[in-house]
Amino acid sequence: MIHKYKLMDLNIVLDVYSGAVHIVDDVFYDLLDKIGESFDKSQDYSNIIAEVGKKCSQKEAEESFSELCRLNSEGQLYTEDFYAELAQKWNKKSVVKALCLHVAHDCNLRCKYCFADTGEFQGHRCLMSAEVGRAAIDFVIKNSGSRKNIEIDYFGGQPLMNFDVVKEITEYAKLRGKDSGKNFRFTITTNGILLNDKIKEYINENMSNVVLSLDGRKSTNDRMRVRLDGSGSYDAIVPKFIDIANSRNQDNYYVRGTFTAENLNFADDVMHMADLGFLQTSVEPVVAPESESWALKDEHLDIIKAEYEKLAKLYIDRRREGKPFNFFHFMIDLDQGPCIVKRLSGCGAGHEYVAVTPEGDIYPCHQFVGNTDFKMGSVLTGEFDENIKSKFEKSNVYTKPDCEKCFAKFYCSGGCSANAYNFNKDINKPYRLACEFERKRVECAIAIEAIKAMEGLD
Amino acid sequence: MTHVKTLNKAVLKESVKRGGCGECQTSCQSACKTSCTVANQKCEQLKK
Repeated sequence: MIHKYKLMDLNIVLDVYSGAVHIVDDVFYDLLDKIGESFDKSQDYSNIIAEVGKKCSQKEAEESFSELCRLNSEGQLYTEDFYAELAQKWNKKSVVKALCLHVAHDCNLRCKYCFADTGEFQGHRCLMSAEVGRAAIDFVIKNSGSRKNIEIDYFGGQPLMNFDVVKEITEYAKLRGKDSGKNFRFTITTNGILLNDKIKEYINENMSNVVLSLDGRKSTNDRMRVRLDGSGSYDAIVPKFIDIANSRNQDNYYVRGTFTAENLNFADDVMHMADLGFLQTSVEPVVAPESESWALKDEHLDIIKAEYEKLAKLYIDRRREGKPFNFFHFMIDLDQGPCIVKRLSGCGAGHEYVAVTPEGDIYPCHQFVGNTDFKMGSVLTGEFDENIKSKFEKSNVYTKPDCEKCFAKFYCSGGCSANAYNFNKDINKPYRLACEFERKRVECAIAIEAIKAMEGLD
Repeated sequence: MTHVKTLNKAVLKESVKRGGCGECQTSCQSACKTSCTVANQKCEQLKK
Protein backbone atom coordinates (compact mmCIF):
# COMPACT_ATOMS: atom_id res chain seq x y z
CA MET A 1 0.00 0.00 0.00
CA ILE A 2 1.34 3.40 -0.96
CA HIS A 3 0.11 6.94 -0.51
CA LYS A 4 1.27 9.54 -2.99
CA TYR A 5 0.47 13.24 -2.96
CA LYS A 6 1.74 16.61 -4.11
CA LEU A 7 2.51 19.25 -1.53
CA MET A 8 4.81 22.27 -1.39
CA ASP A 9 6.02 21.59 -4.96
CA LEU A 10 7.05 18.03 -4.10
CA ASN A 11 5.82 14.65 -5.33
CA ILE A 12 5.79 12.58 -2.16
CA VAL A 13 5.34 8.82 -1.85
CA LEU A 14 4.82 7.10 1.48
CA ASP A 15 5.22 3.34 1.53
CA VAL A 16 2.76 2.66 4.31
CA TYR A 17 3.96 -0.71 5.64
CA SER A 18 7.70 -0.03 5.57
CA GLY A 19 7.50 3.64 6.58
CA ALA A 20 9.86 4.61 3.74
CA VAL A 21 9.32 8.06 2.22
CA HIS A 22 10.38 8.92 -1.33
CA ILE A 23 10.48 12.17 -3.25
CA VAL A 24 9.93 11.36 -6.90
CA ASP A 25 9.97 13.22 -10.20
CA ASP A 26 6.98 13.63 -12.51
CA VAL A 27 7.88 10.58 -14.61
CA PHE A 28 7.99 8.30 -11.58
CA TYR A 29 4.81 9.85 -10.17
CA ASP A 30 3.03 9.22 -13.46
CA LEU A 31 4.24 5.62 -13.45
CA LEU A 32 2.88 5.06 -9.93
CA ASP A 33 -0.35 6.72 -10.97
CA LYS A 34 -0.81 4.20 -13.75
CA ILE A 35 0.28 1.16 -11.72
CA GLY A 36 -2.14 2.04 -8.95
CA GLU A 37 -2.50 0.81 -5.38
CA SER A 38 -0.73 -2.52 -5.66
CA PHE A 39 2.23 -3.91 -7.57
CA ASP A 40 2.94 -7.48 -8.64
CA LYS A 41 6.48 -7.98 -9.90
CA SER A 42 5.46 -11.06 -11.91
CA GLN A 43 3.01 -8.99 -13.93
CA ASP A 44 3.86 -7.52 -17.37
CA TYR A 45 3.92 -3.72 -17.16
CA SER A 46 5.30 -3.03 -20.67
CA ASN A 47 2.09 -1.30 -21.82
CA ILE A 48 2.16 1.02 -18.82
CA ILE A 49 5.86 1.80 -19.37
CA ALA A 50 5.16 2.57 -23.03
CA GLU A 51 2.28 4.87 -22.06
CA VAL A 52 4.41 6.73 -19.50
CA GLY A 53 7.15 7.02 -22.15
CA LYS A 54 4.82 9.02 -24.40
CA LYS A 55 4.98 11.96 -21.98
CA CYS A 56 8.76 11.79 -21.51
CA SER A 57 11.24 9.48 -23.22
CA GLN A 58 10.98 5.71 -23.33
CA LYS A 59 14.39 5.56 -21.63
CA GLU A 60 13.18 7.64 -18.68
CA ALA A 61 10.07 5.49 -18.30
CA GLU A 62 12.17 2.32 -18.31
CA GLU A 63 14.67 3.80 -15.83
CA SER A 64 11.81 4.69 -13.51
CA PHE A 65 10.37 1.22 -13.73
CA SER A 66 13.67 -0.41 -12.88
CA GLU A 67 14.04 1.94 -9.88
CA LEU A 68 10.55 0.96 -8.79
CA CYS A 69 11.47 -2.73 -9.02
CA ARG A 70 14.65 -2.14 -7.04
CA LEU A 71 12.80 -0.30 -4.24
CA ASN A 72 10.17 -3.02 -4.18
CA SER A 73 12.76 -5.77 -3.85
CA GLU A 74 14.52 -3.80 -1.09
CA GLY A 75 11.24 -3.60 0.84
CA GLN A 76 10.76 0.14 0.43
CA LEU A 77 7.91 0.38 -2.05
CA TYR A 78 4.65 -1.51 -2.40
CA THR A 79 5.60 -3.40 0.73
CA GLU A 80 3.12 -5.97 1.96
CA ASP A 81 1.39 -5.75 5.33
CA PHE A 82 3.51 -7.80 7.70
CA TYR A 83 1.90 -6.61 10.94
CA ALA A 84 -1.54 -8.17 10.54
CA GLU A 85 -0.22 -11.43 11.97
CA LEU A 86 1.38 -9.59 14.88
CA ALA A 87 -1.97 -7.92 15.56
CA GLN A 88 -3.85 -11.23 15.36
CA LYS A 89 -1.65 -12.66 18.07
CA TRP A 90 -2.07 -9.46 20.03
CA ASN A 91 -1.70 -10.23 23.70
CA LYS A 92 -0.26 -7.10 25.11
CA LYS A 93 -0.45 -7.82 28.85
CA SER A 94 -0.09 -4.15 29.63
CA VAL A 95 0.91 -2.66 32.93
CA VAL A 96 -0.14 0.76 34.17
CA LYS A 97 2.80 3.10 33.68
CA ALA A 98 1.27 6.56 33.44
CA LEU A 99 -1.24 8.46 35.56
CA CYS A 100 -3.15 11.61 34.83
CA LEU A 101 -3.80 12.95 38.32
CA HIS A 102 -6.79 15.27 38.52
CA VAL A 103 -5.47 17.16 41.49
CA ALA A 104 -8.15 19.84 41.19
CA HIS A 105 -11.65 19.48 39.87
CA ASP A 106 -11.94 23.21 40.00
CA CYS A 107 -10.68 25.99 37.79
CA ASN A 108 -10.13 29.74 37.94
CA LEU A 109 -11.08 30.13 34.28
CA ARG A 110 -14.36 29.38 32.54
CA CYS A 111 -13.15 28.40 29.07
CA LYS A 112 -16.23 28.00 26.95
CA TYR A 113 -15.08 24.84 25.11
CA CYS A 114 -13.81 23.01 28.21
CA PHE A 115 -14.38 19.25 27.89
CA ALA A 116 -13.89 19.12 31.65
CA ASP A 117 -17.14 21.04 32.23
CA THR A 118 -15.09 24.09 33.37
CA GLY A 119 -13.32 21.92 35.90
CA GLU A 120 -16.24 20.03 37.41
CA PHE A 121 -16.09 16.94 35.14
CA GLN A 122 -19.84 16.46 35.52
CA GLY A 123 -19.34 16.22 39.29
CA HIS A 124 -18.70 18.88 41.89
CA ARG A 125 -15.76 21.20 42.47
CA CYS A 126 -13.18 19.56 44.73
CA LEU A 127 -9.46 19.10 45.30
CA MET A 128 -7.41 15.91 45.60
CA SER A 129 -6.02 15.23 49.05
CA ALA A 130 -2.39 14.25 49.59
CA GLU A 131 -3.68 10.92 50.93
CA VAL A 132 -5.38 10.11 47.61
CA GLY A 133 -2.29 11.31 45.72
CA ARG A 134 -0.01 9.03 47.73
CA ALA A 135 -2.41 6.12 47.18
CA ALA A 136 -2.22 6.80 43.44
CA ILE A 137 1.58 6.60 43.57
CA ASP A 138 1.38 3.34 45.52
CA PHE A 139 -1.13 2.06 42.96
CA VAL A 140 1.09 2.74 39.97
CA ILE A 141 4.14 1.23 41.65
CA LYS A 142 2.14 -1.92 42.42
CA ASN A 143 0.60 -2.15 38.94
CA SER A 144 3.56 -1.22 36.72
CA GLY A 145 5.33 -4.60 36.82
CA SER A 146 8.92 -4.33 35.63
CA ARG A 147 8.48 -0.93 33.89
CA LYS A 148 11.10 1.48 35.15
CA ASN A 149 9.83 4.77 33.72
CA ILE A 150 6.60 5.99 35.29
CA GLU A 151 4.86 9.20 34.24
CA ILE A 152 2.72 11.39 36.43
CA ASP A 153 0.80 14.23 34.79
CA TYR A 154 -0.80 16.83 37.04
CA PHE A 155 -4.01 17.88 35.41
CA GLY A 156 -7.31 19.41 36.33
CA GLY A 157 -9.25 21.59 36.35
CA GLN A 158 -6.38 23.76 37.33
CA PRO A 159 -3.60 21.93 39.19
CA LEU A 160 -2.02 25.14 40.50
CA MET A 161 -5.12 25.57 42.69
CA ASN A 162 -3.81 22.61 44.69
CA PHE A 163 -0.06 23.06 44.31
CA ASP A 164 0.87 22.17 47.90
CA VAL A 165 -0.59 18.73 47.25
CA VAL A 166 1.23 18.54 43.89
CA LYS A 167 4.48 19.08 45.79
CA GLU A 168 3.56 16.55 48.46
CA ILE A 169 2.74 13.88 45.87
CA THR A 170 5.92 14.64 43.91
CA GLU A 171 8.16 14.33 46.96
CA TYR A 172 6.41 11.11 47.99
CA ALA A 173 6.83 9.64 44.49
CA LYS A 174 10.53 10.55 44.41
CA LEU A 175 11.02 8.83 47.75
CA ARG A 176 9.03 5.73 46.76
CA GLY A 177 10.82 5.68 43.39
CA LYS A 178 14.12 5.13 45.16
CA ASP A 179 12.94 2.15 47.19
CA SER A 180 10.96 0.58 44.33
CA GLY A 181 13.46 1.12 41.51
CA LYS A 182 11.10 3.35 39.53
CA ASN A 183 12.06 6.47 37.65
CA PHE A 184 9.21 8.97 38.03
CA ARG A 185 8.80 11.72 35.43
CA PHE A 186 6.41 14.55 36.19
CA THR A 187 4.51 16.87 33.87
CA ILE A 188 1.94 19.55 34.56
CA THR A 189 -0.66 21.42 32.54
CA THR A 190 -1.58 24.94 33.60
CA ASN A 191 -3.56 27.98 32.50
CA GLY A 192 -0.92 30.17 34.16
CA ILE A 193 -3.20 32.37 36.28
CA LEU A 194 -1.59 31.31 39.57
CA LEU A 195 1.92 30.87 38.21
CA ASN A 196 4.54 32.70 40.32
CA ASP A 197 8.30 32.52 40.85
CA LYS A 198 8.12 29.92 43.63
CA ILE A 199 5.88 27.61 41.63
CA LYS A 200 8.00 28.15 38.53
CA GLU A 201 11.11 27.20 40.46
CA TYR A 202 9.53 23.98 41.74
CA ILE A 203 8.20 23.07 38.30
CA ASN A 204 11.59 23.65 36.70
CA GLU A 205 13.34 21.53 39.29
CA ASN A 206 10.91 18.64 39.10
CA MET A 207 8.84 18.54 35.93
CA SER A 208 10.16 17.13 32.66
CA ASN A 209 7.44 18.88 30.67
CA VAL A 210 5.01 21.71 31.28
CA VAL A 211 2.00 22.45 29.10
CA LEU A 212 0.98 26.12 29.08
CA SER A 213 -2.54 26.75 27.85
CA LEU A 214 -2.82 29.66 25.42
CA ASP A 215 -4.96 29.82 22.29
CA GLY A 216 -2.84 32.29 20.30
CA ARG A 217 -3.74 35.88 19.51
CA LYS A 218 -5.34 37.97 22.26
CA SER A 219 -8.63 38.15 20.38
CA THR A 220 -8.70 34.35 19.92
CA ASN A 221 -7.61 33.55 23.46
CA ASP A 222 -9.91 36.00 25.18
CA ARG A 223 -12.97 34.89 23.21
CA MET A 224 -12.81 31.45 24.84
CA ARG A 225 -10.40 31.51 27.78
CA VAL A 226 -12.22 33.82 30.17
CA ARG A 227 -12.18 34.44 33.89
CA LEU A 228 -15.19 34.06 36.16
CA ASP A 229 -16.18 37.67 35.46
CA GLY A 230 -16.04 37.08 31.70
CA SER A 231 -12.82 39.04 31.12
CA GLY A 232 -9.99 37.56 29.05
CA SER A 233 -6.88 35.88 30.44
CA TYR A 234 -4.28 36.76 27.77
CA ASP A 235 -2.69 39.80 29.44
CA ALA A 236 -2.25 38.01 32.77
CA ILE A 237 -0.72 34.81 31.43
CA VAL A 238 1.44 35.70 28.43
CA PRO A 239 4.26 37.45 30.35
CA LYS A 240 4.40 34.51 32.80
CA PHE A 241 4.48 31.98 29.98
CA ILE A 242 7.30 33.81 28.21
CA ASP A 243 9.20 33.91 31.49
CA ILE A 244 8.81 30.20 32.30
CA ALA A 245 9.57 29.14 28.70
CA ASN A 246 12.80 31.17 28.79
CA SER A 247 13.67 29.81 32.22
CA ARG A 248 13.48 26.31 30.70
CA ASN A 249 15.79 27.37 27.85
CA GLN A 250 12.83 27.22 25.45
CA ASP A 251 12.69 23.45 25.76
CA ASN A 252 10.67 20.77 27.54
CA TYR A 253 7.42 22.72 27.48
CA TYR A 254 4.60 23.47 25.06
CA VAL A 255 2.34 26.45 24.68
CA ARG A 256 -0.81 24.60 23.76
CA GLY A 257 -3.95 26.06 22.33
CA THR A 258 -7.27 24.96 20.94
CA PHE A 259 -8.78 26.15 17.68
CA THR A 260 -12.50 26.23 17.05
CA ALA A 261 -14.93 27.18 14.30
CA GLU A 262 -14.43 30.75 15.49
CA ASN A 263 -10.74 30.86 14.56
CA LEU A 264 -10.39 28.69 11.49
CA ASN A 265 -7.40 30.87 10.57
CA PHE A 266 -5.51 29.19 13.41
CA ALA A 267 -2.21 29.31 11.51
CA ASP A 268 -2.16 32.99 12.47
CA ASP A 269 -2.50 31.96 16.11
CA VAL A 270 0.41 29.54 15.86
CA MET A 271 2.51 32.22 14.16
CA HIS A 272 1.55 34.65 16.91
CA MET A 273 2.93 32.19 19.47
CA ALA A 274 6.14 31.97 17.45
CA ASP A 275 6.27 35.77 17.24
CA LEU A 276 6.01 35.93 21.03
CA GLY A 277 9.23 33.90 21.09
CA PHE A 278 7.81 30.46 21.92
CA LEU A 279 9.78 27.68 20.26
CA GLN A 280 7.52 24.79 21.32
CA THR A 281 3.92 25.16 20.16
CA SER A 282 0.83 23.03 19.79
CA VAL A 283 -2.66 23.95 18.68
CA GLU A 284 -5.37 21.30 18.63
CA PRO A 285 -8.80 21.11 17.05
CA VAL A 286 -11.59 21.57 19.59
CA VAL A 287 -13.58 18.50 20.51
CA ALA A 288 -17.17 19.57 20.97
CA PRO A 289 -20.67 18.30 20.12
CA GLU A 290 -22.03 19.75 16.88
CA SER A 291 -24.70 21.64 18.83
CA GLU A 292 -22.05 24.11 20.05
CA SER A 293 -21.51 27.20 17.90
CA TRP A 294 -17.74 26.73 18.01
CA ALA A 295 -17.80 23.03 17.08
CA LEU A 296 -15.85 21.91 14.03
CA LYS A 297 -18.03 20.38 11.33
CA ASP A 298 -17.80 18.85 7.85
CA GLU A 299 -18.37 22.24 6.27
CA HIS A 300 -15.08 23.48 7.83
CA LEU A 301 -12.95 20.63 6.55
CA ASP A 302 -11.56 22.19 3.37
CA ILE A 303 -10.74 25.43 5.16
CA ILE A 304 -8.94 23.57 7.96
CA LYS A 305 -6.92 21.44 5.54
CA ALA A 306 -5.88 24.56 3.62
CA GLU A 307 -4.95 26.20 6.91
CA TYR A 308 -2.64 23.31 7.86
CA GLU A 309 -0.96 23.65 4.46
CA LYS A 310 -0.60 27.38 4.98
CA LEU A 311 0.95 26.76 8.39
CA ALA A 312 3.34 24.19 6.91
CA LYS A 313 4.59 26.75 4.37
CA LEU A 314 5.03 29.44 7.04
CA TYR A 315 6.77 26.87 9.24
CA ILE A 316 9.32 26.12 6.53
CA ASP A 317 9.73 29.82 5.72
CA ARG A 318 10.74 30.43 9.35
CA ARG A 319 13.32 27.68 9.10
CA ARG A 320 14.69 29.16 5.90
CA GLU A 321 14.97 32.50 7.70
CA GLY A 322 16.96 30.82 10.47
CA LYS A 323 14.11 31.29 12.97
CA PRO A 324 12.80 27.76 13.48
CA PHE A 325 10.12 26.78 15.98
CA ASN A 326 8.33 23.48 16.60
CA PHE A 327 4.67 22.69 16.07
CA PHE A 328 3.67 19.49 17.91
CA HIS A 329 1.68 17.93 15.07
CA PHE A 330 4.34 18.62 12.46
CA MET A 331 7.04 16.92 14.50
CA ILE A 332 7.63 13.51 13.02
CA ASP A 333 10.72 11.41 13.25
CA LEU A 334 11.07 9.48 10.01
CA ASP A 335 14.13 7.57 11.21
CA GLN A 336 13.85 6.97 14.93
CA GLY A 337 10.20 7.19 15.82
CA PRO A 338 8.34 4.76 18.01
CA CYS A 339 8.37 1.02 17.33
CA ILE A 340 5.54 -0.73 15.55
CA VAL A 341 4.05 -2.09 18.79
CA LYS A 342 3.61 1.47 20.03
CA ARG A 343 2.25 2.53 16.65
CA LEU A 344 -0.32 -0.27 16.72
CA SER A 345 -1.52 0.37 20.25
CA GLY A 346 -1.47 4.16 20.55
CA CYS A 347 -1.74 6.28 23.66
CA GLY A 348 -2.37 3.41 26.07
CA ALA A 349 -5.54 4.87 27.59
CA GLY A 350 -7.36 2.40 29.81
CA HIS A 351 -4.50 -0.07 30.15
CA GLU A 352 -1.12 1.71 30.32
CA TYR A 353 -2.43 5.17 31.09
CA VAL A 354 -5.31 5.97 33.45
CA ALA A 355 -6.78 9.06 35.05
CA VAL A 356 -7.39 9.42 38.79
CA THR A 357 -10.05 11.79 40.14
CA PRO A 358 -9.78 13.84 43.35
CA GLU A 359 -11.82 11.10 45.05
CA GLY A 360 -9.34 8.43 43.91
CA ASP A 361 -11.58 6.92 41.24
CA ILE A 362 -9.85 5.47 38.18
CA TYR A 363 -10.99 6.13 34.58
CA PRO A 364 -9.40 5.09 31.25
CA CYS A 365 -8.20 8.65 30.63
CA HIS A 366 -8.94 12.27 31.49
CA GLN A 367 -11.57 12.48 28.77
CA PHE A 368 -13.60 9.59 30.21
CA VAL A 369 -13.71 11.09 33.71
CA GLY A 370 -17.29 11.62 34.82
CA ASN A 371 -18.70 8.84 32.62
CA THR A 372 -19.42 6.31 35.35
CA ASP A 373 -19.83 3.46 32.82
CA PHE A 374 -16.06 3.69 32.51
CA LYS A 375 -15.21 3.89 36.20
CA MET A 376 -12.48 1.26 36.55
CA GLY A 377 -11.88 1.23 40.29
CA SER A 378 -10.20 3.21 43.01
CA VAL A 379 -6.64 3.84 44.09
CA LEU A 380 -7.88 3.81 47.69
CA THR A 381 -9.16 0.23 47.55
CA GLY A 382 -6.77 -1.00 44.85
CA GLU A 383 -9.75 -2.27 42.87
CA PHE A 384 -9.10 -2.19 39.08
CA ASP A 385 -11.60 -3.48 36.51
CA GLU A 386 -9.72 -5.95 34.31
CA ASN A 387 -12.68 -6.23 31.90
CA ILE A 388 -12.56 -2.56 30.99
CA LYS A 389 -8.78 -2.72 30.87
CA SER A 390 -8.95 -5.67 28.51
CA LYS A 391 -11.26 -3.83 26.08
CA PHE A 392 -8.76 -1.00 25.75
CA GLU A 393 -5.78 -3.35 25.69
CA LYS A 394 -7.22 -5.32 22.79
CA SER A 395 -8.02 -2.23 20.76
CA ASN A 396 -5.40 -1.45 18.12
CA VAL A 397 -5.09 -0.32 14.51
CA TYR A 398 -6.25 -3.73 13.30
CA THR A 399 -9.42 -3.79 15.42
CA LYS A 400 -10.59 -0.56 13.73
CA PRO A 401 -12.10 -1.29 10.31
CA ASP A 402 -11.92 2.38 9.29
CA CYS A 403 -8.12 2.25 9.57
CA GLU A 404 -7.67 -0.59 7.10
CA LYS A 405 -7.20 1.60 4.05
CA CYS A 406 -5.83 4.67 5.80
CA PHE A 407 -2.23 5.65 5.04
CA ALA A 408 -1.85 7.50 8.35
CA LYS A 409 -2.71 4.60 10.63
CA PHE A 410 0.83 4.07 11.92
CA TYR A 411 1.15 7.77 12.78
CA CYS A 412 -1.96 8.13 14.94
CA SER A 413 -2.56 4.49 15.94
CA GLY A 414 -6.20 4.70 15.05
CA GLY A 415 -6.87 7.92 16.91
CA CYS A 416 -8.19 8.88 20.30
CA SER A 417 -10.39 6.29 22.05
CA ALA A 418 -12.29 8.97 23.94
CA ASN A 419 -13.16 10.83 20.74
CA ALA A 420 -14.23 7.55 19.14
CA TYR A 421 -16.47 6.72 22.08
CA ASN A 422 -17.91 10.21 22.46
CA PHE A 423 -18.87 10.51 18.79
CA ASN A 424 -19.55 6.88 17.84
CA LYS A 425 -20.10 5.07 21.17
CA ASP A 426 -17.37 2.61 20.16
CA ILE A 427 -13.65 2.91 20.97
CA ASN A 428 -12.91 0.99 17.77
CA LYS A 429 -14.75 3.44 15.52
CA PRO A 430 -12.57 6.54 15.13
CA TYR A 431 -14.01 10.06 15.03
CA ARG A 432 -14.03 10.81 11.30
CA LEU A 433 -13.24 14.52 11.39
CA ALA A 434 -10.21 13.90 13.61
CA CYS A 435 -9.01 11.33 11.04
CA GLU A 436 -9.30 13.91 8.27
CA PHE A 437 -7.27 16.41 10.30
CA GLU A 438 -4.65 13.81 11.17
CA ARG A 439 -4.18 12.74 7.55
CA LYS A 440 -3.55 16.33 6.51
CA ARG A 441 -1.14 16.91 9.41
CA VAL A 442 0.82 13.76 8.52
CA GLU A 443 1.03 14.86 4.88
CA CYS A 444 2.32 18.27 5.98
CA ALA A 445 4.75 16.79 8.50
CA ILE A 446 6.31 14.47 5.92
CA ALA A 447 6.61 17.29 3.38
CA ILE A 448 8.32 19.45 6.00
CA GLU A 449 10.80 16.67 6.79
CA ALA A 450 11.49 16.27 3.08
CA ILE A 451 12.27 19.97 2.62
CA LYS A 452 14.37 20.04 5.78
CA ALA A 453 16.41 17.10 4.52
CA MET A 454 16.84 18.46 0.99
CA GLU A 455 17.73 21.99 2.05
CA GLY A 456 19.72 21.04 5.14
CA LEU A 457 17.42 23.02 7.45
CA ASP A 458 17.14 22.63 11.23
CA MET B 1 19.56 9.37 -13.99
CA THR B 2 17.67 8.77 -10.79
CA HIS B 3 13.97 9.56 -10.49
CA VAL B 4 13.65 8.93 -6.78
CA LYS B 5 15.21 10.37 -3.65
CA THR B 6 14.57 8.15 -0.65
CA LEU B 7 14.44 10.05 2.63
CA ASN B 8 14.62 7.19 5.08
CA LYS B 9 14.85 3.44 5.31
CA ALA B 10 12.19 0.86 6.01
CA VAL B 11 12.06 1.89 9.65
CA LEU B 12 8.80 0.26 10.64
CA LYS B 13 9.77 -3.29 9.75
CA GLU B 14 13.14 -2.83 11.44
CA SER B 15 11.42 -1.62 14.60
CA VAL B 16 9.73 -4.98 15.11
CA LYS B 17 13.08 -6.20 16.43
CA ARG B 18 13.17 -3.67 19.25
CA GLY B 19 9.45 -3.51 19.69
CA GLY B 20 7.32 -3.29 22.70
CA CYS B 21 9.48 -2.64 25.74
CA GLY B 22 6.89 -0.08 26.84
CA GLU B 23 9.37 2.30 28.47
CA CYS B 24 8.49 5.18 26.14
CA GLN B 25 6.40 8.20 26.99
CA THR B 26 2.63 7.98 26.87
CA SER B 27 1.39 10.12 23.99
CA CYS B 28 -1.13 12.06 26.03
CA GLN B 29 1.48 13.20 28.54
CA SER B 30 3.00 15.59 26.05
CA ALA B 31 0.77 18.16 24.44
CA CYS B 32 -2.23 16.61 22.82
CA LYS B 33 -4.78 15.60 25.48
CA THR B 34 -7.61 15.58 22.94
CA SER B 35 -6.23 13.64 19.99
CA CYS B 36 -3.74 10.87 19.43
CA THR B 37 -0.40 11.34 17.75
CA VAL B 38 2.33 8.82 18.30
CA ALA B 39 4.69 9.45 15.39
CA ASN B 40 6.48 12.24 17.22
CA GLN B 41 7.21 10.17 20.29
CA LYS B 42 10.77 9.10 20.92
CA CYS B 43 11.83 5.49 21.28
CA GLU B 44 13.38 5.09 24.71
CA GLN B 45 15.93 2.59 23.36
CA LEU B 46 17.11 4.90 20.56
CA LYS B 47 17.24 7.96 22.81
CA LYS B 48 20.26 6.59 24.65
